[in-house]
Amino acid sequence: MVIPDYKKYLAGERLPHIWCAGCGNGVILKALLIVLAELNFKHEEILLATGIGCICRAGDYVSFQRFQGTHGRTLAFVTGLKIARPDLKVFCLIGDGDCAAIGMGHLIHAARRNLDVAVLVANNLNYGMTGGQFSPLTPSKSLTSTSRTGKTETPLDICRLAEAAGANYVARTSVFHHGELRKFIREAISKKGFSLVEILTPCPTYYGRYNKIGGPGEMLTWFRDKTVPLNKYLQMNPEEQKDYFWRGKLVERDTLDFYTQGEKMKRPDD
Amino acid sequence: MTEEKNKVQFLSGNEACVWAGIHAKARFFAGYPISPATEIAEMCAQELPKHGGFYIQMEDEIGSIAAVIGASLGGLRAFTATSGPGLALMQENIGYAAMAEVPCVIINVQRFGPSTGIATKPAQSDVMTTRWGTPGDHSLIVLVPSGGQECYDLTIAAFNLAELFRTPVIVLTDAVIAHLREKVTFKTKEELFLINGDKRVLRVTGLVHDNFGYSSDVPEVAEKLITRLAQKIEGYQALLPRPRFYGPERPEVLIISFGISARAARQAVYLAEQEDLAVSLLELQTLWPFPEEKIRKIGAKAKTVLVAELNRGQVQREVRACGISPEKVRGINKIDSTVITPSEILNEILTIIKKNN
Ligand SMILES: Cc1ncc(C[n+]2csc(CCOP(=O)(O)OP(=O)(O)O)c2C)c(N)n1
Ligand code: SF4
Repeated sequence: MVIPDYKKYLAGERLPHIWCAGCGNGVILKALLIVLAELNFKHEEILLATGIGCICRAGDYVSFQRFQGTHGRTLAFVTGLKIARPDLKVFCLIGDGDCAAIGMGHLIHAARRNLDVAVLVANNLNYGMTGGQFSPLTPSKSLTSTSRTGKTETPLDICRLAEAAGANYVARTSVFHHGELRKFIREAISKKGFSLVEILTPCPTYYGRYNKIGGPGEMLTWFRDKTVPLNKYLQMNPEEQKDYFWRGKLVERDTLDFYTQGEKMKRPDD
Repeated sequence: MTEEKNKVQFLSGNEACVWAGIHAKARFFAGYPISPATEIAEMCAQELPKHGGFYIQMEDEIGSIAAVIGASLGGLRAFTATSGPGLALMQENIGYAAMAEVPCVIINVQRFGPSTGIATKPAQSDVMTTRWGTPGDHSLIVLVPSGGQECYDLTIAAFNLAELFRTPVIVLTDAVIAHLREKVTFKTKEELFLINGDKRVLRVTGLVHDNFGYSSDVPEVAEKLITRLAQKIEGYQALLPRPRFYGPERPEVLIISFGISARAARQAVYLAEQEDLAVSLLELQTLWPFPEEKIRKIGAKAKTVLVAELNRGQVQREVRACGISPEKVRGINKIDSTVITPSEILNEILTIIKKNN
């Protein structure tokens, strides 16, 4: 494949970035920038919204408009922003803690309203920035800095939650599957309404080390081996399913987005 | 919209705040219902769409202030309204707006607290919460109306100051003036001086950042930023609404008050005048930054300073900190969920004068 000129979206002078060697965050950012280049957006048409966490530092490395809010609240900020600027293409890049713990309420309501925004969830299976504690998306039995003998709680499927809340597009993949990653990001960005892509990504510094998965390379093959296509996953029995992440597209529909629906209700005759 | 001639209306404080917002070209309101501020949300839902604006009911107050900040960054003049419990939830993002320099207006209708307290009864106990509720070293602007007209005038001022200083501005009212119906005179188009904002979002973060909006952890960058954020407000206090002064310049008793308590104090000054007593009132319009210099100057000329407020002495402490000798400063306070009456203030004045002589 020919890689388009994504570097125009990169604030090259801000490099090197703060991420650890082998972190998946750079892969996600690059995939996003490549998609932006493919779709050839102008700088003033797009905005990257982030919260707080390792992945959320991505905003420091882009050359276009960038908004970084407080931990967990990105989608609430973006709700106001999109009402003021419905023309702006907004993508959110947030962590699993940011979106599924502290920001869960806003995520559900943004999906319910069908806000026209693409949410990319960098799921590194733990809180990276604060040193590797478990998040609501961390699998059971995982070793983390706050579950030294294994996480006892049940994890959440954020994709199914987004589906139930009303999202127009939901998919999950990993940074190992980078072709699929770019495809899903492109589809999510192109979709009018709320879209969410959960991206499984390695945090070798904490999750990989605590769970003895190995270095960056081993983590990537771990994601290869631990993920199965959605249709295959659905054929597994519940016990078997516990050992795998499904991957693929869960939802694709065209419910009217929040702003369009609001405008339409103001002028019912149109 | 505002007319060529001043229109006179009969409005509650809450309604006056909404009309002020509409006249000041606020076109976005995000909120979550809470007594005694709910009517502001209800009225915004009804009126803003008629003026090309938007009302959104968010999932909580954290979301409300966040949406307001987002809308403001997108170029809409934006506000929210709440009361104690909601203000508590907003604090993190109020600090965000201060740090990221996003203009926005928060109307906080004080009710009896802490916690759920008594939802429908007044208090003036959010004095410190509005100033220091959000963590970190910062400065912000808090205005304190004492009636319907002031709710209107100071809310318009709040939108302009938010834009001018690029900062959150809190309009601090209370359960009584929020519901008290009074004559309110609208401003004409000519009288409405509006400062205009910008639509561009650019690069915004709540992290310590350099002049280009990129995050930074360099000590010099942090110090420069924090100093500038405080200085841009504290160094320009002359632009903020000034306290009102009623009565003789060298009074036996100087009352300092704000909000609903200042209304009782006005009446008390009038009653004292009838009895030939030298009593004055300094009614605050800007609560924060605290008008220290003015209070020091006027306070120096008074024999006794009496601070009237519905709390255990939050403003009284600030008055002492202005450099007025502590033995001169007294307080009249109420913490039983009722208001201070003019005769209670007058009685206190009489006691003080008796003691002084
Ligand atoms: C209100 C608040 N609580 C806690 C924190 C501390 N904090 C910063 S990042 C973070 C978690 C980050 O985890 P995640 O969202 O999964 O992103 P990652 O760092 O793993 O990319 C926490 C708890 C904060 N900044 N603000
Ligand atoms: S701590 Fe984990 S998520 Fe954070 S930069 Fe390092 S590897 Fe990446």
